[in-house]
Amino acid sequence: MQFDIDQYYSSMNSGEVILAYKGSISSELITNVLEVLDAKLEDLITQKRIKKKLYNVLVESLQNLYHHIDDLPDKTDGKFDVHFGIFVISQTQEGYKVSTGNFIQNDKIIPLRQKLERIQSMSKEDLKRLYKDILYNQDFTEKGGVGLGLVDMAKRTNGKLNYRFTDYNEDYSFFNLEVFI
Amino acid sequence: MESISIEGTTKTPSVKLNPESGVIEIKGRSIPENSIEFYRPIIEWLDEYAKNPNKNTTVNVQLEYFNTSSSKCILDIFKKLESLKKARNEVKINWYYEEDDEDMLESGEDYESIIRVPFKMIEIVD
Repeated sequence: MQFDIDQYYSSMNSGEVILAYKGSISSELITNVLEVLDAKLEDLITQKRIKKKLYNVLVESLQNLYHHIDDLPDKTDGKFDVHFGIFVISQTQEGYKVSTGNFIQNDKIIPLRQKLERIQSMSKEDLKRLYKDILYNQDFTEKGGVGLGLVDMAKRTNGKLNYRFTDYNEDYSFFNLEVFI
Repeated sequence: MESISIEGTTKTPSVKLNPESGVIEIKGRSIPENSIEFYRPIIEWLDEYAKNPNKNTTVNVQLEYFNTSSSKCILDIFKKLESLKKARNEVKINWYYEEDDEDMLESGEDYESIIRVPFKMIEIVD
């Protein structure tokens, strides 16, 4: 079946949506969105502890999204903006959900899936250990990251992550990550 | 050597580095996408400071938010302070966290467990 982005996007818009975006992801956009959300969450969430946790996850997931988008080659079609990505922040019955989506090269799926599976199966103590290990031993990547984003979010949310990979074509898939607060 | 004072923004913390008093202060938010650029002058200042440091160095870290990119730079700062301590100088780190902010307390404890400098966790009550 052909990947339908509009259908996909509406499937992500579940629960009570606080903010949803589909399109080009730039550094300026992320900065602006984080500023808008900071004020909005301040009004929306009375428990400061929850607000902080959600905001921390937002910073990490949006910056992760920006750094890890794989652009489709131009020739594919003109359907997608440059550096295309999706994010939806919503309120669920249990709490809050931060969902991001981006294209990923198929050859990156296996290592990412392995990393996610490993993180999901870890106890809080193991996550702490892994976090400190990467923090102490890893150098900066060329993107200015440290490969800590996923571990950090898992540590803050006790591993409450969901993910799915949807086939796009023989070279690319669409990656969706959900973090629950 | 000169003191440094950097004003905070919505993405970067305010920083005060004072060689006379030996007080180093980092306060606010640290969430730039790429934190290396922001922290470079601070690391360089610490290298210079270590050549002729104050007998007592006090570091006050009071962050509301910081991202993983910054966490690495903060560790680099702490590693410099660890060397300073190893060279027989008094160094202490005050780690401030807001009441109920367990994540921030935990981050402080994570640093405390990997850096050989005495930490003091200080809770800020509204």
